[in-house]
Amino acid sequence: MNPVLTIPDFAPVLPEIILAAGALVLVLFGAIRGERSGEGMNIIALALLAVAFVAVLMLPSTRVETMSGSFVVDGFAKFMKALTLIASAGGVILSMDYMRREGIYRFEYPILIVLSTIGMMMVISANDLIALYLGLELLSLSSYVIAAFDRDNVRSTEAGLKYFVLGALSSGMLLYGASLVYGFTGNVSFPAIAGILQGQVGVGAIVGIVFVAAGIAFKISAVPFHMWTPDVYEGSPTPVTAFFAAAPKMAGMAMATRVFIDAFPNIVGQWQQIIVFISIASMALGSFAAIGQRNIKRLMAYSSIGNVGYALIGLATGTVEGVQGVVVYMAIYLAMTLGAFAVILSMRRGNVMYENVEDLSGLARTHPVLAFCLAMMMFSLAGIPPLAGFFAKFAVFNAAINANLVALAIIGVVTSVVGAYYYLRIVKVMYFDEPAAAYDAQPVGVKLVLGLSSIFVVLFGIVPAPLVAAAGAAARSLF
Amino acid sequence: MFGFGILSGLLILPLVGAAFILTLRGDSDATRSNARWAALATTLATFVLSLVAWNRFDTATAAFQLVEVHPWLAETIKFKLGVDGFSMPLILLTTFLMPFCILASWDSIGHRVKEYYVAFLVLETTMIGVFCALDLVLFYLFFEAGLIPMFLIIGIWGGKRRIYASFKFFLYTLLGSVLMLLAIMAMFWQAGTTDIPTLLTFKFPYNLQIWLWLAFFASFAVKMPMWPVHTWLPDAHVEAPTAGSVILAGVLLKMGGYGFIRVSLPMFPDASLYFSAFVFALSVIAIVYTSLVALMQEDIKKLIAYSSVAHMGFVTMGLFSMNEQGIQGAMFTMISHGLISGALFLCVGVIYDRMHTREIKAYGGLVNRMPLYAVVFLILTMANVALPGTSGFIGEFLTLMGAFRSNTWVAFFATTGVILSAAYALWLYRRVVYGELDKPALQTIKDLNRREIITFAPLILLIIYYGVQPGPILDAFAVPTDQLIQNMQAALSTVKTAAVAAH
Repeated sequence: MNPVLTIPDFAPVLPEIILAAGALVLVLFGAIRGERSGEGMNIIALALLAVAFVAVLMLPSTRVETMSGSFVVDGFAKFMKALTLIASAGGVILSMDYMRREGIYRFEYPILIVLSTIGMMMVISANDLIALYLGLELLSLSSYVIAAFDRDNVRSTEAGLKYFVLGALSSGMLLYGASLVYGFTGNVSFPAIAGILQGQVGVGAIVGIVFVAAGIAFKISAVPFHMWTPDVYEGSPTPVTAFFAAAPKMAGMAMATRVFIDAFPNIVGQWQQIIVFISIASMALGSFAAIGQRNIKRLMAYSSIGNVGYALIGLATGTVEGVQGVVVYMAIYLAMTLGAFAVILSMRRGNVMYENVEDLSGLARTHPVLAFCLAMMMFSLAGIPPLAGFFAKFAVFNAAINANLVALAIIGVVTSVVGAYYYLRIVKVMYFDEPAAAYDAQPVGVKLVLGLSSIFVVLFGIVPAPLVAAAGAAARSLF
Repeated sequence: MFGFGILSGLLILPLVGAAFILTLRGDSDATRSNARWAALATTLATFVLSLVAWNRFDTATAAFQLVEVHPWLAETIKFKLGVDGFSMPLILLTTFLMPFCILASWDSIGHRVKEYYVAFLVLETTMIGVFCALDLVLFYLFFEAGLIPMFLIIGIWGGKRRIYASFKFFLYTLLGSVLMLLAIMAMFWQAGTTDIPTLLTFKFPYNLQIWLWLAFFASFAVKMPMWPVHTWLPDAHVEAPTAGSVILAGVLLKMGGYGFIRVSLPMFPDASLYFSAFVFALSVIAIVYTSLVALMQEDIKKLIAYSSVAHMGFVTMGLFSMNEQGIQGAMFTMISHGLISGALFLCVGVIYDRMHTREIKAYGGLVNRMPLYAVVFLILTMANVALPGTSGFIGEFLTLMGAFRSNTWVAFFATTGVILSAAYALWLYRRVVYGELDKPALQTIKDLNRREIITFAPLILLIIYYGVQPGPILDAFAVPTDQLIQNMQAALSTVKTAAVAAH
């Protein structure tokens, strides 16, 4: 006989519990100290993220379900949570100096980042549609607020509002799709849905899957649900943009992977075409639309759209190699994007931040190290060996070839050549053009993020095996 | 030492030199001088090390030698290095040309000196890497990585249209190469490895071979460059600094030919046979058409660039004649063209450094003030025309002989290219060197200085020596050529018997 009330196993949820409890402590701390709290809040938030990171690493690698099966921990979740925590920590570190100098420092910022991170980790571990939605809302609501964090700035508030309205719409679509899937399968749990959706699937469930895919595509800013991305990236304070480009992308791709691989593994043929289309459209738009951009934050927005397209190639295969490709891609993309934003955050003279591509002109002569790092990030984003970005693209294209998605792979490599053009343009501006005035010295946090990500990007090619092997193990845990 | 062999040493040494130059502080004259000397010392040391490798190399076997394997991307994709008779001469060519590039840049590069030498040293590592990689992914890695330093060299230290030229160079070659990457992946899934020695014995199905061959061809044809995808080369050559042109013509173009020998011919013999007529056609067009185009050029560098395309036409023609003379001739042409075109670009560099123009019209009558230069330029022009007694002759003769055995008409039309090359080269020489020295700007032009004599002497000696004594080079790849032809014929005959059996 089952007891009436069982206490679920909390051990797998430990990292989330640490963060949640920590966030509450932060709120208290902030409420008591108010605006005087200063750097202490950031340090505590970073410590929390670090503790959660250690807790994630100590989770078992075998699949464990808890909370009546709505929360799952496996190798994949571990890996993606670790990436997400690194991304969030990067978002906090990059913001430390910026917020204070722009005069928009408020103690809520690190709290919102931590809350949003909890949402991401729940999304990664969600094993049913309800948990997925809950996590997603926690992630999104915190994000809307920090997008508008520079609340006296029109562009920032516009970004927050836009993000909120479109985000709410997409949440609605996801919810509608989830309700259709529930309606046609009678289940919200992914394994149960997987058991029911086999062979010939009714139209209702397909429509549900399409809506779920639309909601997910919005969260990872894939075409055709990408419209918010350039505006939000441009309008948000730059550290927030860096955070958006890094952390929610990790969670979003993990969510997409888990939903499609865990809930719909037996009807790959039904959703593969959706992902292939989204992937091609994202790669093409990311490459072509970025060419005309002058604002570097907008450019990075299109770049992130394109990169999501490449990562989706891995998902489109629906194979272990494909998921491994997604994981490798996201890990390397994380380093590249944090590094690139660290350079963007270094473009400051006095109280003015510069955001245009032209403002980088001659950076190679005024700041050789900075220019070298950004050049490496750009070559890496373009997928040129021996930099890390090449191995990311190699992983996803290799999976696509194995899954016989040759046309997708060919379109992918061709758009990557088009994309190389605008990455090269940044290198050109830095190296070939005449120098402008020098920028201020970089804050320590920015230096740290830039240094670590540059070392990773440049030297990854020497010992690529550990990450690739770990990603392989993570991918196998899903199948 | 530390589990690393001599080939790793060749890869690491230039990087060490580059790292050393990066540690130099400031931009004073002393720093610049240190950077130059450090670069020269590094390239010389690399050359000596490559001679040591050559000394340990056994030309009597077709097997890969000096092999070293390190764990890398996966169990099936390793960091594997090794050389055989095809790659060893090209490595020597690379390490041999590098010191001359450093010397040629001694005075002509005046700004951002440290970065310049760092870019060159990194480029050297990638070039050596292409020739000694024994894993296709590693091969691709080095093949593409060379784009980054070359992009910077053209874009930062190039001429007026440097930005256009650098972008065109980068994107053109990248577009060709990405298809090769997909082909490498397809081979990986088919054969389960990207290890080149294993793939050399693997039989790919006929239909797959066709596609793989085309994908590799896209990359190698652009790199080579073959007509009609050669248009990036004249732009890149014209805008690149002298040393950049030397490396571009001397080594980077050889990567395409090396790729054909290393991958296309041995791994896809059926497809190579199937496409040989196509390659012949492109080669002959390249030889005749680009020679004609060269006749009409007004820029010295552009003229030599088009002549390079024509010479590479001989290489592809020789390779796809698929017999001993053709392949050996192609290999020999690559080595000799590396020396000759490198030296020719250095020659142009000499007068460009003095007059800062490459217009043919701006010169004339140089023999009156620059007798030494006139002699050097004459010998190189003759070598470019493939006069017997220079290394150019051996290569062209062998490739034509190979083509003749394979297809008489191809040889016939290609031979007209020999005449045309004499026409444009001699005409160029006449316009630049002979005549009256009536242009006021040229009145004070100085003859070769000591550094330039030191640069040209070894190149000219080698060009003449190998023209008279081609044996040392030919012996290096004689055995692997035989092996290659045997393997190809074995593969082709099994297909034929299979086809016969099927009927």
